[in-house]
Parts: sequence; C-alpha cells; structure tokens
Amino acid sequence: MERPLTQHTHPDGTTRTFREYVQDGGYRGLQRLASGLAPKDVQRLVSEAGLRGRGGGGFPTGTKWSFVPMGPDAPKPKYIVANGDEMEPGTFKDRVLMEGDPHGLVEGMILAGYALDAEVGYIFLRGEYHLSAQRLNQAIAEAYAEGYLGKTIPGTGFRFDLHLHASAGRYICGEETALINALEGKRAVPRAKPPFPQTVGLWGQPTVVQNVETFYNLPHIVNHGAAWYHGLSRTQDGGTKIYGVSGRVTHPGWWELPLGTTAREILEEHAGGMLKGVHFRGVLPGGISTAFLIEGHLDLPLDFSSLPAQVGRLGTGTMIVLDDHTCPVGFVLNLERFFARESCGWCTPCREGLPWVARILTSFEEGHASKDDLALLDMHTKWLAPGHTFCGLAPGAMAPLQSALQYFRDDFEQHISRGRCPWRHKPAQLKVLV
Amino acid sequence: MLSDTERRELEEAVKHYPDKRGAAIDALLTIQRRRGWISDDSLLEIAQFLEITVEELDSVATFYNLVFRKPVGRHVAFMCDSISCWIKGCERVQEQIKKLYDVELGQTTSDGRLTLLPIACLGQCGRAPAMMIDQDVHGDVTPDTIEQIVEKYK
Repeated sequence: MERPLTQHTHPDGTTRTFREYVQDGGYRGLQRLASGLAPKDVQRLVSEAGLRGRGGGGFPTGTKWSFVPMGPDAPKPKYIVANGDEMEPGTFKDRVLMEGDPHGLVEGMILAGYALDAEVGYIFLRGEYHLSAQRLNQAIAEAYAEGYLGKTIPGTGFRFDLHLHASAGRYICGEETALINALEGKRAVPRAKPPFPQTVGLWGQPTVVQNVETFYNLPHIVNHGAAWYHGLSRTQDGGTKIYGVSGRVTHPGWWELPLGTTAREILEEHAGGMLKGVHFRGVLPGGISTAFLIEGHLDLPLDFSSLPAQVGRLGTGTMIVLDDHTCPVGFVLNLERFFARESCGWCTPCREGLPWVARILTSFEEGHASKDDLALLDMHTKWLAPGHTFCGLAPGAMAPLQSALQYFRDDFEQHISRGRCPWRHKPAQLKVLV
Repeated sequence: MLSDTERRELEEAVKHYPDKRGAAIDALLTIQRRRGWISDDSLLEIAQFLEITVEELDSVATFYNLVFRKPVGRHVAFMCDSISCWIKGCERVQEQIKKLYDVELGQTTSDGRLTLLPIACLGQCGRAPAMMIDQDVHGDVTPDTIEQIVEKYK
C-alpha cells in the first residue's frame, strides 16, 4: 500500500531534513515544470486526479482553481494561502505533516503558485503550533538558500515568495474569509460571499486558500500523474487521506490510508478496537462539526463522495469515538460550549443561539431539564441550520447535536426522567478506565 | 517607548505584508514575547508604529485569545478542554491543578508564577489529556502526574 505523504517521515517525530527530502525525490516537481509543464497542464492534472480539499469541505481543488483569473490581464499579485489553523477538536493531521515533513508543504505551495501564476504565498499557522513554526521557518529559509523560493525557477520565468504567519488563536480563523481578515491584521470575522476569494481575496486580490494536507498531495500528482493518483484510493475521489482516531480505543493515533477506507477498518485494525471493558456507541468521523456515525454506518467508505448527505460527511477524517462509559449529553455539551466560546460574535443567531444551546444542555446534565427543553434543542438545530447564519460555524455545531438527538434520544430522555445525569454517579468506574 | 531591538523586529515583520497593518498580529505577539503582555502603553506604541489608531489595534488585540491584555504569570499553562481530552478526564486534571496551586482558570497564582487558561484542542488528541506550558506540550497528563510536570516551571 502506497503512502506518498508519509512514507519517508520519521516514526520518532523528528523532522525530515532538506537533504533527506531532496534525496527521496523532493523538489523534483519543480524540475518537471522546467521541462515544459505549463500552468494550465498542472491545473488539468490536478482536476483529472480528483483531488478534493482536505480541510473538511472536500471541495474539488481543480474546480476551486478554475475561478482564478488567468492570463496577461489577470490582476497582480495573486496569493496562495495554506490554512494551517488546525483547531478542529480531535484533529491533528496537519500538525504531524508540518512537523514531520515541512518541505512537502513548501513544494506543494510553489506548485500551486505556478499553476495559478500567483507569486506570493502565506502559511497561516495557529499560534500554539510552536514546533511546526520552528520547522517551517527553517524549511522556508533552506528553500530560499537553495533558490527554490525568491528566485526565478530555471526554465520557467516563475518566481515565488513564501512567508509564515503565526496566528494568535480563535477557531474561526479556520474559515477561509475570516482567515483572510486575520492575515490582513484585522478581527477574524467572516466576509460575505460572493465575491469569492479566488477573485477578491487577500487585500482585494485573487487568492486561493487551501488546507495544509491538500498542498502535500500536489508534488505527488505532478510527479506521478492523475491515473497513478486515482489508483491510490478505493473510490472515485483520488489519493490517500490522513485518518486519525482518539477516544477510548486501544491505540489512538493517525495513519495514511487509501481514501474510502471504512471506519470499521480504521477503528478495529489500526486503532486496535475499543479499550477492554468499553463498547462503541458512535463516532464523529472528522472533527466536531460532523454528524455522528453509528454501528450501521461503519462499513461505508469514508471519503467525500460516498457518505449519503443524510448520514453525514467525512470532515477532517480524524475521528472521535463515543463509548458506553461516556455520557452522550455531556459529550455534546462539551462540543457546544466549545462552539459558543469560539463564535466570533458577528451574527446574532450564532452569538446568542450557541450559548443558549449550551445552557439547555447544562440543565440536562444538572438534572432539571424538561420535555420542553428537548423540543427547544430540536428547534435550535433548525434555527441554526445553513442559511440562517453568516458562516458555517453554527450549522457545523448543529451536526453533532442533531445526530445525537436522533441516535441517543433515550439518553436525553433519561436525564429528564431520572432528574440527573446517569453517568455522573460512576466516578470510581471511570477512574479505572482512563 | 519601543526599544531599538523591538523596532528592528517590527520592521522585519512588516516586510512580509504589503501594508504595515498586515503585521498587526505579528507586532502584538513580538512585543508580548519581550514584555509578557500588552499594556495600554505598549498598545499605543505599536499602533503608532503601524500607523493605525489605538482603538483599531485594541479591537484586534482583544479578539485573539493568545494576545494578553492583562499581566500574566512567569509561566502560562494552557489546559486543553476539547472533546478528546474531556473523554480522557481533563476535568479531573483541571481540578487537581486548581487545588494544588490555589488558582482558577483565567487567574494567576498569588506569587506570580503561573497563569491558568483554557485552550482549544492542541492537536494532541492521540495522547489526551494534553496541556501546554509556555511552548512545551505535555500529553497523557493525569491528576497524579500534573504536579511533577508543573514543578519544572519555577
């Protein structure tokens, strides 16, 4: 099984050096550019490869690129931005890539810049990722010293500059237009779309914002072609995916696997199944803005095309497991408190609705919720649905809530009928398990 | 007043952006690294350097949780309270650190040694519960090991 993104990363967590990167064929994609691969050829390769954005949305990269104005009359400069604001709870895939193989991101960004005739790039990195910052800064300095950055790439007439922007917190920065505001030195509130960033983005210029993992795929697509890339996956979406698992499983961690691997295979074969004495109840497949999958969904291929919309979506591919020793209501309360804290406050439904949801869930946990509160939670999943808020934060927050209300309704009702959280009285048992 | 070193660092940061304002967050973090936090005086000095109003800069400074507009202790402990850490018992770790150092989240110990803050998922979910002290990440923290970890930060 091929693992192009991580086959050379060191298992001990140390970084892959510039020398190692080049020895293993790194920066070879840039030589291919010189041998006659035009920007439109790179765009076509990426479209044919079926690469889809790895940040959670799964938007086809080739389609995203197709909106960028090209040609001699296109506005200048254009920008390429890597979204490294990895703050989706349960998600740690971009960190392992950036720490383990910083040059892969640099090369991926140069290739995207070439394909879109964009001359400046920014890596937007969350402020807490100090080790990633240190290693990326070193990789950028090395790429400048070797002439991959800051100088015309021989035979192409193309030159790319790259900067690292260390951010200062706030989950909303991961939303691409909020990220653009943050990069301009402003409050990270989302912008209205349209216009989309591909035409009017950073400082009003055409801008492509993509997840870190997406960029890592580009050198391999350029080197090996679309057919090879499709061959890596088990479904119609191309390539591999960094999947991860956390929660009460035997071996929490991450693995690069073919896109379309099933949740069951990941949970049982790679994560080693549940810890002894605990049982599976559900899983958020990719961060906390996704709906729960339950036992009956575990054999569905996890990719961007196969999950039926009424079931859910893959999100970031890093799963969080709910077990039978964890209260589903407490679990969802933790998620909604997170969203309430991280709401940017720009639009009223999100700013007011999320704290309201968190307060109702708190009343369940404290044992004084009523049937009316359950109905109120149901209503919120409609009031905060897509189309009612300025950006996707609050609708994302409703995905786990709505599916929890569907699959674990008995648990909510037990909190009402017993007048307490049924899990809160088992502390001794929990202590053994952790 | 900005020291020569601070000014040089800010001038370096500004080079990465087409306008000075783009460097607002870099500038706040740069000065905070030197001075520990962003006082009203610091805010004014940075705003003057960036050629924006102090109110504009404050609207940015108060938005981002890693910019400190109040003094913090010699060390800052960021306690992850997101879902993977919650499943693995981060609440009990928090209770223990609060008890040991007589401090609540958002507060600093009376000897000025430690500030305790909540933080969004640190991306260490494979070794939850996790925390970060200053720039060091610690994983698989338990109520029994927390004291040993914090004791390294005097």
